[in-house]
Amino acid sequence: MTEWIELGSITAIPVRGARCVKTPSGKIAVFRTAEDQVFAIDNRCPHKGGPLAEGIVHGTSVTCPLHNWVFDLETGEAQGADEGSVQTYPVKVENGLIFIAPDVLMQMAAE
Amino acid sequence: MEKLVVVGAGMASGRALEHIFEEAPGRFNVTLFGAEPRGNYNRLMLSPVLAGEKEYEQIITHDADWYRDHGVHTRFGETVTGIDRQRKVVISKNGETPYDKLIIATGSAPFIIPLPGKDLPGVMAFRDLDDVNRMVDVSKRPGSKAVVIGGGLLGLEAAAALNARGMEVVVLHLMGHVMERQLDPAAGYLLQRDLEARGIKVHCKAQTKAILGEDRVEAVALEDGTIYGADIVVMAVGIRPETRLATDAGIHVERGIVVNDQMVTSDPDVLALGECVEHEKIIYGLVAPLYDQAKILAKTLAKVDAAFRPVQTATQLKVTGVSVYSAGDFADAEDREEIVLRDATSGIYKRLVLKEDKVIGAVLYGETADGPWFFDMIRKGTDTRDMRDTLIFGQAYQGGAALDPMAAVAALPDDAEICGCNGVCKSTITGTIVSKGLTDLDGVRAHTKASASCGSCTHLVEKLMSITLGDSYNPAAVKPMCPCTEHDHGTVRRLIVAKELKSIPAVMQELEWKTSCGCAKCRPALNYYLVAEWPGEYEDDGQSRFINERVHANIQKDGTYSVVPRMWGGLTNPKELRAIADVADKFAIPTVKVTGGQRIDLLGVKKEDLPAVWADLNAAGMVSGAAYAKGLRTVKTCVGSDWCRFGTQDSTGLGVRIEKFMWGAWTPAKLKMAVSGCPRNCAEATCKDIGVICVDSGYDIHFAGAAGLDIKGTEVIGHANTEDEALEIIVALTQLYREQGHYLERIYKWAKRVGSDSIKAAIIDDKVKRKHYFDRFVYSQQFAQVDPWEERVNGKDAHEFAALAEFGLPVAAE
Repeated sequence: MTEWIELGSITAIPVRGARCVKTPSGKIAVFRTAEDQVFAIDNRCPHKGGPLAEGIVHGTSVTCPLHNWVFDLETGEAQGADEGSVQTYPVKVENGLIFIAPDVLMQMAAE
Repeated sequence: MEKLVVVGAGMASGRALEHIFEEAPGRFNVTLFGAEPRGNYNRLMLSPVLAGEKEYEQIITHDADWYRDHGVHTRFGETVTGIDRQRKVVISKNGETPYDKLIIATGSAPFIIPLPGKDLPGVMAFRDLDDVNRMVDVSKRPGSKAVVIGGGLLGLEAAAALNARGMEVVVLHLMGHVMERQLDPAAGYLLQRDLEARGIKVHCKAQTKAILGEDRVEAVALEDGTIYGADIVVMAVGIRPETRLATDAGIHVERGIVVNDQMVTSDPDVLALGECVEHEKIIYGLVAPLYDQAKILAKTLAKVDAAFRPVQTATQLKVTGVSVYSAGDFADAEDREEIVLRDATSGIYKRLVLKEDKVIGAVLYGETADGPWFFDMIRKGTDTRDMRDTLIFGQAYQGGAALDPMAAVAALPDDAEICGCNGVCKSTITGTIVSKGLTDLDGVRAHTKASASCGSCTHLVEKLMSITLGDSYNPAAVKPMCPCTEHDHGTVRRLIVAKELKSIPAVMQELEWKTSCGCAKCRPALNYYLVAEWPGEYEDDGQSRFINERVHANIQKDGTYSVVPRMWGGLTNPKELRAIADVADKFAIPTVKVTGGQRIDLLGVKKEDLPAVWADLNAAGMVSGAAYAKGLRTVKTCVGSDWCRFGTQDSTGLGVRIEKFMWGAWTPAKLKMAVSGCPRNCAEATCKDIGVICVDSGYDIHFAGAAGLDIKGTEVIGHANTEDEALEIIVALTQLYREQGHYLERIYKWAKRVGSDSIKAAIIDDKVKRKHYFDRFVYSQQFAQVDPWEERVNGKDAHEFAALAEFGLPVAAE
């Protein structure tokens, strides 16, 4: 068993906002919704590579800042007429701290 | 052609003229007199205008084009003072106008209770647009108070509207509960409770004794000794038919002008309709029977047999957020039964009155969707024995139909009345949609009149359109801001002001947003509307701004940013250029480019470098150029009289002055300007949002140009003699745009939507208004002129520019 990895306090992310976690193989965007739910997805829109962490967060969705594709943060699926998806990663919040599943970073490092 | 003279330009005569031109085209040469200095408009909609939810322009039913197209000679603002029936002429201040047929449609006058003090300035009725304008003027004074005498339909609409305008409102009502002609005591109580929750004081059983005041109204005194302070007193206690003209002319008048079934008076060449007439001893005040009269009158003039018959009517109150519906007879009596449903927590009350198993009256409060269904039963005398147990739950509970409003409308019989005002049934609407190929609500309103008067059945008409047209129906008449709401931009803006909504959650709650926190379309729009409306009060919500405005730089396709410092009026100097060169070297910025707005763009800056880049630019005295903003961008200039041999004025100096005065302002969409020193126009001012062309005599101010997706030359809004005047016009114009523009709507689109004439009227013709907009802009600037780069150099939003966490190597597993 490996330990979940701490990313920082939930308050370090603005409500209805996101910040990035840098890994050797790319950025993971970690989102905080109005209801304080936390989600992690690849910071890369499958359309033209837009940085999703810079998008406007609404409900449990984010709108890409480049061409307005909308993704469901829970499933990573594009909404509406657009087709595509982004990788999602397991995260959890305990005592106000955000943790990401350890195999995620291992997996990203291995890619 | 026969000469037809119409006296009175209200809703009934407007409708009658439409029918006359349909029934007997080309037969009459029409002259229309109106005492008000304007044409026919929808008087029912004065309440929303008073509440600030609609503009006067939206309630005009017949405009100048319509009168011209139908050859109507309009004589608005000219009161008819007499009729000579022997010589068949009407008399007004401009002389005599002959007629072959005459229509009297003088309507009614508000009843003014003969109280002491009734003639004091500030005592008014609620009858026409002038009354509305007077009330709005007073409501603008902070802390102003209104007393409304009369708790009927009109009085309560006035009270709610004045309350929405921010006035302190007291309603005085003689009877035991409000709207006693339409509501039973229980529903009246609920309505009073809802009104009081909004801060409207309702005083029932109020015997008014006198209106007090020296030079103008100051208070109202009741018989029981209560005194209410008042800046205005609105009398809404009833109307009386305006019959003086007919009486003087010797036409048979009782309480109203007596007409027969064909709408003809005691003189065969004189017809009458509307609130001034009496038919079988009944005077009608609601619009539906008056429209029936209009139809019959037109047929009579066209020599078609027709007869006016009294009709049942239903009533709805037009107060945003309050749903009341009543129809039929709901008084208690021996031979009647009633079914009542109450839900105290959700404020719902429904009562049906039955006689011999037939519904004869219905009062609905809080939930009124079944109103038309019950009304249909009242009119038809439907036997309700089979559905007695579930009747009160409404149509959706009958016959196992799904609880779906669309299915409920689909299930209505073809002859069910949808629009009570205009007496339009379901099959007329669906049939007209198909036969005329209609696709939008305006079309249905134009062809059937359904929902064209009070508008309360609009949702039913829209559902019928959806049922008839299927997915091809696009409700374009109200184009919602986004799928989160049913309101369009204009409605949202007006309601933000009228209801004093000062946060995004407040807007979403009050305007019944369908999503919990909006979307990427509505949130930036709401944020802008609130920033523009409540400077200094509303706290900007960065998370509702597009990334560019959140980090004050332009995102590029690869996720890097571009940085553009301000160069006032396009002027720069060696110190600034050196600083820009140093920054480009220090941060290895790959591209440096001159922009179309006469400044320098640094492209390819990494997000985490932004604060350091800004710090260096700040140190050389430069601030953000807002090249990313829905706000003031550049003011492009030529060198003007300083250097140019053709220059007429100091165009560079004016450009710098405008930019220094206006930078930092947020606008609905980007705002680009230019100042050219002579008509050769080297600064290309005639395709800008706002442009100035200097001439020998001063400054021609242009606006509404475009050189992007659309290409459009500017229009001239006016001429200024001095630089000060030019600045005042430009600033006031920008403020008007800030207050009226829809989010992302450039100036040229705004001008097209509201009409350039209305803009000129406010900015050029009316100098008081111009000053008012100028002052509002100046007030707002004290909160807007803060350099966002400097704020972030000093640590604001630091989370934006650093990663949450960073992992260089695979994190060790055990």
